[in-house]
Amino acid sequence: MNSSTSLSFLARCRRSRSFMVGGVMTGFLLVCAAVSLFWTPGSAYDISIANRFLPPSSTHWLGTDQFGRDIVSMLMTGTQNSIAVAVVAVSIGLAVGVSLGLLAAARRGWTEELIMRFSDFSFAFPAILSAIMITAILGPGGVNSILAIGLYNIPVFARLVRGTANAIWTREFVMAARASGKDRFRITFEHIMPNILSIIIVQATILFAIAILAEAALSYLGLGTQPPHPSWGRMLNEAQALMFLDPWQAIYPGIAIATAVFGLNLLGDGLRDVLDPRLSRKR
Amino acid sequence: MTLPVSGDNVSLHETNPTGVLFSTCLAKITMSIFFAKRLLTLIVTLIGASMVIFVVMEILPGDPALVILGINATDEMVALLTTELGLDRSAPVRYWDWISGLLVGEMGMSYAYKVPVWELVEGALWITVPLAIISITFSITLALVVGLYAAANHNKPADIGLMGFSQLGISIPNFWLAVLLIMFFAIELRWFPAGGFPGWDEGIFKSFKALLLPAIALATVVGAILARITRSAVLEVYREDYVRTARAKGLSQRATLWLHVLRNALIPVLTVTGIQFAGLLAGTVVVENVFHIPGLGSLVLKAINNRDTIVVENVVLLLAAMVITVNFIVDMLYAVIDPRLKAQDI
Amino acid sequence: MPLLNVTGLSVTLSTADGAARAVRDMNFSLEKGETLGIVGESGCGKSITALALMGLLPERSETTGKIEFNGENLLQKPETEMCALRGNRMAMIFQEPMTSLNPVHTIGRQVMEPLRLHKNMTRAEAKAEAVRLLDRVGIPNPQERLGNYPHQLSGGQRQRVMIAMALSCSPDILIADEPTTALDVTIQDQILELIQSLVREEDMALILISHDLGVISENTDRIMVMYGGAAVETGPTETFFEALSHPYSQGLFAAMPKLGMGRTSRLMTIPGVVPDLINLPSGCTFTDRCPLATAECRNSAPPLRQLTAGHNVACYHLDKARTMKAEGLFA
Ligand SMILES: Nc1ncnc2c1ncn2[C@@H]1O[C@H](COP(=O)(O)OP(=O)(O)O)[C@@H](O)[C@H]1O
Ligand SMILES: [Mg+2]
Repeated sequence: MNSSTSLSFLARCRRSRSFMVGGVMTGFLLVCAAVSLFWTPGSAYDISIANRFLPPSSTHWLGTDQFGRDIVSMLMTGTQNSIAVAVVAVSIGLAVGVSLGLLAAARRGWTEELIMRFSDFSFAFPAILSAIMITAILGPGGVNSILAIGLYNIPVFARLVRGTANAIWTREFVMAARASGKDRFRITFEHIMPNILSIIIVQATILFAIAILAEAALSYLGLGTQPPHPSWGRMLNEAQALMFLDPWQAIYPGIAIATAVFGLNLLGDGLRDVLDPRLSRKR
Repeated sequence: MTLPVSGDNVSLHETNPTGVLFSTCLAKITMSIFFAKRLLTLIVTLIGASMVIFVVMEILPGDPALVILGINATDEMVALLTTELGLDRSAPVRYWDWISGLLVGEMGMSYAYKVPVWELVEGALWITVPLAIISITFSITLALVVGLYAAANHNKPADIGLMGFSQLGISIPNFWLAVLLIMFFAIELRWFPAGGFPGWDEGIFKSFKALLLPAIALATVVGAILARITRSAVLEVYREDYVRTARAKGLSQRATLWLHVLRNALIPVLTVTGIQFAGLLAGTVVVENVFHIPGLGSLVLKAINNRDTIVVENVVLLLAAMVITVNFIVDMLYAVIDPRLKAQDI
Repeated sequence: MPLLNVTGLSVTLSTADGAARAVRDMNFSLEKGETLGIVGESGCGKSITALALMGLLPERSETTGKIEFNGENLLQKPETEMCALRGNRMAMIFQEPMTSLNPVHTIGRQVMEPLRLHKNMTRAEAKAEAVRLLDRVGIPNPQERLGNYPHQLSGGQRQRVMIAMALSCSPDILIADEPTTALDVTIQDQILELIQSLVREEDMALILISHDLGVISENTDRIMVMYGGAAVETGPTETFFEALSHPYSQGLFAAMPKLGMGRTSRLMTIPGVVPDLINLPSGCTFTDRCPLATAECRNSAPPLRQLTAGHNVACYHLDKARTMKAEGLFA
């Protein structure tokens, strides 16, 4: 057995470079989003033709866009938007997917079969495809893109939870609990849930990153967050038309997305090491 | 994926001299059953996916005619369109019409363009399918080269550097990478067109050139993911007992890698390739729009803006069918690579 | 000149927690056709010793000393020459037949591999030879079995295939590392007998490794007892048990079930745990578990000393140990 198993939780956190770096990057994003709720250096919304395409300065750290909006402010508000979408979308996946997975593992039989076959079908529909279907009916918009990404997350969680939970259902302590007459519902809460928690947290972190990517892609296509609300994907879309004029505008939002996704992926890797050293694939 | 290795399931041969003949026969039957089962799964999944699409697109929104016409439509207009589209018939009949039409390449008429949907789709398919094939080929090549090189230099600077890059590659959104590629290779260096597609009649080379940057944008992310999987799969297999056996036989490190490690390591790589293909195809939808390439992705986005639901529904089904078919192929390849699967699956 | 002459062999493995001294100052030699048994608790360094002989230690390890095989020091041989020896002049059988064969290749291909590699046989020649080998190791219907995959064979059959593979090039020396530990008791004897008869037939030297003194005493010419990475007692099998002296060997012997032993009589166990290879005590490694340990034992390691002809023991308190016997030592 790996010697790091015996280390305390905090010591393992400190030892995992992925966890530290990913944690700091994710923390930075959260701070940006929180600060943007009540303060931004300029305005992310006010159109001012006189101030368009300003170069970086002390008032506009990264300059302004073709409508004179402050780019730093837009990026900060965009962070808030990305995080909000990802939180809701992952929560939908968590709430429904984890429940379905636990149910499948607890009931087995046709319940499991039904849930798993349904996940099979939905695997053919990545977030963008389900978003396309949904926006085709309900029209483009932030809420609809959240719904689409959330729907995509459901089978991912359901499969993972069902697989892990099934393995735990065969363990001795669950057998003992069943022998002592506890019902499946109680066993699920008392024994299964605590044992799959760390895997769920790791997966949620990674899906959080995927949700941010998907939201940006949808907004880029014009199917997600609608103007005037700033979003990274939308900024990139608007900047693409100005590639010859002001290429930097296409750089910033991309860096923001990549940073967020990179930080979250690292955090996910780190959490894997920290929460359950046995899961760690690190060598 | 771990496969339980069990020896007792076939131990009947041990005492039974006729068991060997029996076992060759059994192997053939096993293979056929395996194939039949997978084919059945393919068909069931396709039907399931088509039902999901039908329900989402035609039943959930209430009145499709109203969806197409928008909220400002008059009652007469809605009624007219309802009959025109045959929407006054029951849902099962409409579903059957759709599916039986699909079987003969009949997808109905586009509401926006007043042409058969198949005509729109056919041209787009000739762009999206080659783009997907080029991208997945790039991804796998990149993954094998980088993954094997990193594994061979495990924990050395080359490995650490490559894995750092791959982590970065995973995090970069493909549409942003597409924009960067356009800015650098098309605008700055003028090596490639900034977008558009000349059409295959304009020459294979020209068309290929137009698809190259989009393919690179798509392949980078998937390639980075697969490279990481390849590396860890190779390292994992290196720790297996049979690798030590191969070395004890006198095989060199390199021969062991090619003859014993690689094939086993391909199993998880294949699994993830199947999963990632769905992501890659979704990526083409976005990247086609970045490059203004008239593939399925551009078609479906235009159809959404035109509220042309019949086009959306057919394109989404086509994309889903591609994902499902690729996963069927992956399953078949498994059986070729790993002899244990067939026996286990019965 | 002996076939194999090992002098001062030491292996240090680098682990996450520090350098583990898995094997320390091993000395032994082996003549053509001779069989040596290495016995000791799990984790005492038997496999590492065997892998060191084959040159197959993990990369993060350091080997010192000399391993002379046919007069050439293997530790100084380049990797390509080692590849030409492995599977050809020296071969090895492993403990886990279930995982030691490649699951994606047929057994025919795996048995043919060393023949094609070392003997430059054509496919047809190698195939014919593989059939003969599989037949020799007792696989029924070898011709048809060639196309089978490992998962279609039982554990005993897989170990037979491993033996066929190891013996395919008629090596000078065969190293069998716990070849029967993972097998059913009923099959263990068959496999050991098979190895014995093949080794005798081909006049090969054999190193048989086991944690079971019973297995070793029945199948070897000489016995070496290992503890904590070093040899503590070695001697000819014939007189080994009469001359048995080291407290650890005595404990090991007492822990072995013997013929005629009543069902009720308890097997003896040696209390305590194996030493930590990273922080080895400076003296005798058995000190912590030894009832006879004194300050002298703690301070300096006892060297191997000759007791009778060919029988060597590393212990300061031999006379006391011999008179007390295991029953008295670990009562
Ligand atoms: N690859 C390795 N890395 C680090 N330590 C190892 C490795 N293989 C074995 N060891 C350690 O070396 C010691 C000897 O192992 P081994 O030779 O396998 O014992 P055995 O006598 O049971 O065959 C053990 O303490 C083991 O933990
Ligand atoms: Mg061992």
